Amino acid sequence: MADTTIEKPVNNGVNVQALLGAREALTKAPEAAQFKWRATVKWVNGTHSRSTVEGFYGLGSEQKHKTQFSFDADHPEVFASEDRGATPVELVLAGLASCLTAGVAAVAQLREIQLRSVSATLEAGMDIRGILGADSDVRNGFDGIKVTYKIDADASADDIKALVAQSQKRSAVYDIITNPTNVTVEVQ
Amino acid sequence: MRTTAVVIGAGQAGLAMSWWLAKRSIDHVVLERGELANSWKTERWDSLRLLTPNWQSRLPGYGYEGNDPDGFRTMPETIAFLERYATVISAPVRLHTSVTSVRHHDDGYEVIANQGTWRCDTLVIATGACNVAQVPAVAATVPTTIATLTSMQYRNPDQVEEGGVLVVGASASGTQIADELQRSGRPVTLAVGEHVRVPRVYRGRDIQWWMDAAGVLDERYDEIDDIVRARNVPSLQLAGYADRRTIDLNSLTRIGVKLVGRLAGINGGKAQFSGSLRNVCALADLKMNRLLETIDDWAAVNAISNQVAPPHRFEPTRVEASPPLLLDLTRGAIKTIIWATGFRPDYSWLEVPVVDHKGHLRHDGGVVDAPGIYLLGMQFLRRRKSSLIDGVGDDARDLSAHLASYLDRRSSAARSEQRALSR
Repeated sequence: MADTTIEKPVNNGVNVQALLGAREALTKAPEAAQFKWRATVKWVNGTHSRSTVEGFYGLGSEQKHKTQFSFDADHPEVFASEDRGATPVELVLAGLASCLTAGVAAVAQLREIQLRSVSATLEAGMDIRGILGADSDVRNGFDGIKVTYKIDADASADDIKALVAQSQKRSAVYDIITNPTNVTVEVQ
Repeated sequence: MRTTAVVIGAGQAGLAMSWWLAKRSIDHVVLERGELANSWKTERWDSLRLLTPNWQSRLPGYGYEGNDPDGFRTMPETIAFLERYATVISAPVRLHTSVTSVRHHDDGYEVIANQGTWRCDTLVIATGACNVAQVPAVAATVPTTIATLTSMQYRNPDQVEEGGVLVVGASASGTQIADELQRSGRPVTLAVGEHVRVPRVYRGRDIQWWMDAAGVLDERYDEIDDIVRARNVPSLQLAGYADRRTIDLNSLTRIGVKLVGRLAGINGGKAQFSGSLRNVCALADLKMNRLLETIDDWAAVNAISNQVAPPHRFEPTRVEASPPLLLDLTRGAIKTIIWATGFRPDYSWLEVPVVDHKGHLRHDGGVVDAPGIYLLGMQFLRRRKSSLIDGVGDDARDLSAHLASYLDRRSSAARSEQRALSR
């Protein structure tokens, strides 16, 4: 009787119907798909600053998070700072990690794969002679990012690899990091 | 001039439709802007061979009778093949008849061409998917010292200055052109976005044989998950080389082609490549392996496993540890850029409002969103094989049946209206 199992519906806590519905609705109404994401930042002291996010624009009107979220950023003591928060580059890694992981869950739900656990470690190399201005041939940013996932799920190894690949294909932060973006910084 | 159906385009699609219309005794004309098989004649490079084997160019009432069923036709052979077909089926083709506009007229259409005007009840658009080379917006920022060509303009390496070439796009055209230019002694950098990797030969049989036999090519547009995505999948990385060798990113790396990510921008004369190369290669490898699994399962179920070589998998695509993200186009290392970034159809002559905001016709499996208009010869129109010479016949059969019943409905409606009036 190996073939008779009672199918439990796959539940990764992702409302795929809502996402698919949104995709269909926004294909017909592309103007509602135009979002603006915002953050504000205030310098605290030294290299310590606090960024907050709360409002954003989308679906044709102003929207709000349920609560204001704030993020402290600083540099560690080896940089002669007070270490009152993550470094900004670590926040970038956190953003990538969360974006890819959300994608893994959504794609798994869509493909009816039950996830049991998902974790990843991220590591990015950087030659800090770039930001110190010590060598103009060295870039400021990462020289590469390595993401290593550990996933326990009801799926073959290749299906799990495909989840992670598809999540990269659909990830906003992955795109932001892998492709150039115009940045305009003004002073009022 | 008055006819029941006007077919625009005398390539494989228009000719297959002509065969079916004749079989259904529907009066029609096939208008062709240039010569028969015009795109094959004027918009392909010299060394190109069909990507499908000879046996696989089955058109309605016509197949391959030569002694090299597994070979690949050259362009002159392809053109001769379609010319013979047009002759054999006595297709009513008007050559050098370029359509400049199509509009509603009464309850049919008026087709205005440089050689006259036709009034018709139904219209079949068989102008193909590859009318215009699609070049990314970033092309506008290429330094003027660099020569650029589209895959439609490319003919052979002699046309390309000695020196480095950046080929943008790694589907069927881009990989073949990269291969040819690298072998001609011009160092090639290939910008790779999403692509579809398949081996030419698997377990001793052509990949097209497997996809045909296992029913993959017959998958229908109304039975697959996401038809929009399926219609936009890039062409298979395939070539019709006489030695049946596989072309893929590994074969290109082996001869010295340098792989970089998708061309994402050009800033201050520097080309910027996406950091997503590893992932697009992983996606393509996984997708190829899923196809091979489908094939292996089919071979096992259909008990042909003992007639073919055992299952195996190909080496994953090799990507160097840190592919370059920048390439300075102002330093002379790159002399030429070739855009192998796909094509789009051109419906600028069509004055019936059926074109969507992306420039595609609104249609359901080729039945266009305007009574009596049909579309043929497009990627995954009704089946996975719709854009192949081998696939257009089944679509022409289905759509000509729809067209015939549309004419029947109209004439019976007209008859009952006449009866009502004469009462």
